[in-house]
Amino acid sequence: MDYELILRVYPFFIEAAWVTIQLSILTALLGLTCGALGAAARMSRLAVFRWIGATYVSIIRGTPALIQIFILYFGGPQIGIQLDSFSAGTIALGVNIGAYMTETIRGAIQSVDRGQTEAARTLGMGRWETMRKVVLPQAARMMIRPLGVNINALIKGTALVAPISVVELTYTAQRFIGSTYKPFEMFLLSGLLYMIIIYAVGQVINWLDRRARIT
Amino acid sequence: MTNQAFVTIKNAAKSYGNLEVLKDINLTVERGQIVAIIGPSGSGKSTLLRAINELDPLTSGEVWLEDVQINKKLPFRQYEAHVNQVRQDIGMVFQHFNLFPHLTVRGNITLAPRMLKGLSEADANKLAEEQLAKVGLSEKIDEYPSRLSGGQKQRVAIARALAMKPKVMLFDEATSALDPELVEEVNQVMKQLAEEHMTMIIVTHEMDFAASVCDRVLFMDQGVVVEEGPPSVIFQNPKEERTRNFLRKHLSR
Repeated sequence: MDYELILRVYPFFIEAAWVTIQLSILTALLGLTCGALGAAARMSRLAVFRWIGATYVSIIRGTPALIQIFILYFGGPQIGIQLDSFSAGTIALGVNIGAYMTETIRGAIQSVDRGQTEAARTLGMGRWETMRKVVLPQAARMMIRPLGVNINALIKGTALVAPISVVELTYTAQRFIGSTYKPFEMFLLSGLLYMIIIYAVGQVINWLDRRARIT
Repeated sequence: MTNQAFVTIKNAAKSYGNLEVLKDINLTVERGQIVAIIGPSGSGKSTLLRAINELDPLTSGEVWLEDVQINKKLPFRQYEAHVNQVRQDIGMVFQHFNLFPHLTVRGNITLAPRMLKGLSEADANKLAEEQLAKVGLSEKIDEYPSRLSGGQKQRVAIARALAMKPKVMLFDEATSALDPELVEEVNQVMKQLAEEHMTMIIVTHEMDFAASVCDRVLFMDQGVVVEEGPPSVIFQNPKEERTRNFLRKHLSR
């Protein structure tokens, strides 16, 4: 183990970790947006929207995320979509995780007992009022944990943008291996930083989950 | 008490595919009347009750509350607005209470009045206090439902329904999920409503309660009303064989 090398290169890895964090945050936000829209579409009373939602989920879940990233980044220019690698990576990963979050959010909403909706509707509350005041507050608690699982997967999934040269943790490891021929140290260092990020996010999720369960 | 038709069900029928769960049911409930619907499970009694407020819309037939047809055929948006309006006049109590677990007792009672009737916080609180006093649970106003017993939950559910000042109350096996020793406290509240001449339609398995509180009893089986009449007749002198068979099983318990 070449500790001296690690000490020399670690600032570059810290910088790369910051890119991974930015990528993760933006992807998570985009993913949550896509997930909320996707879930709304899948539960719409209009068949067109349900079809759109279901198609979105099955296309995304049916193809590798790496292919989705390549299609957007390498294939995009062919159909007039020019994006830098960071944007392409963020968008592709966000849309990707959004499909999984669609199912998470829908699952949580549908796991709220039907009697809750019936009770609210019986009082005269409308569909949206019922969703907002009765169903969503209960579903939100149930989605914290599974969304945390999605976000965990997403953070590790950011490694998939290394092939399109986003200078994040995995790409940085590969780059230093090219010049140092020390893959063990380099991958170990990036792996450790992933773990720290994931641990920190896990703590936040746990805290949110505990808070939501208090009542 | 006036003798006018209050809730009217005309030629009600409902089927799921080939399965007919309600067959040509007619029922008129007068203002202040208390009607019990009894019958074996699967007889369609809950379905009929849930058809009254459009939770389970009929396949054909009409449901009226006074001079308003509840199950009007309307374009989606108008239909939604219409049922949201009429449901405010129809309170419903469920077997499994269906209290909102994320809200306190106060929140449960005030949510709909605040949203739908635009009550101020102070007025809504006053309303919650009044309704809770009525069901004898004033001290539970700031508790969450998870801290209440089944009987207390059901009393809160009744208070929540009453807070909308409904014209009629529907009870869907309100005591069936309760431990036997908790049934009485809920029955007491229902009796009290009966004394106040609330119009009530009660689906129940409790024959004693139906006999002592209700003005009329309907016996349903296989989607039809087999027999109806005052409790004295239905329970002591039923005409139909099916009614007798059913009561033999239930009264001997």
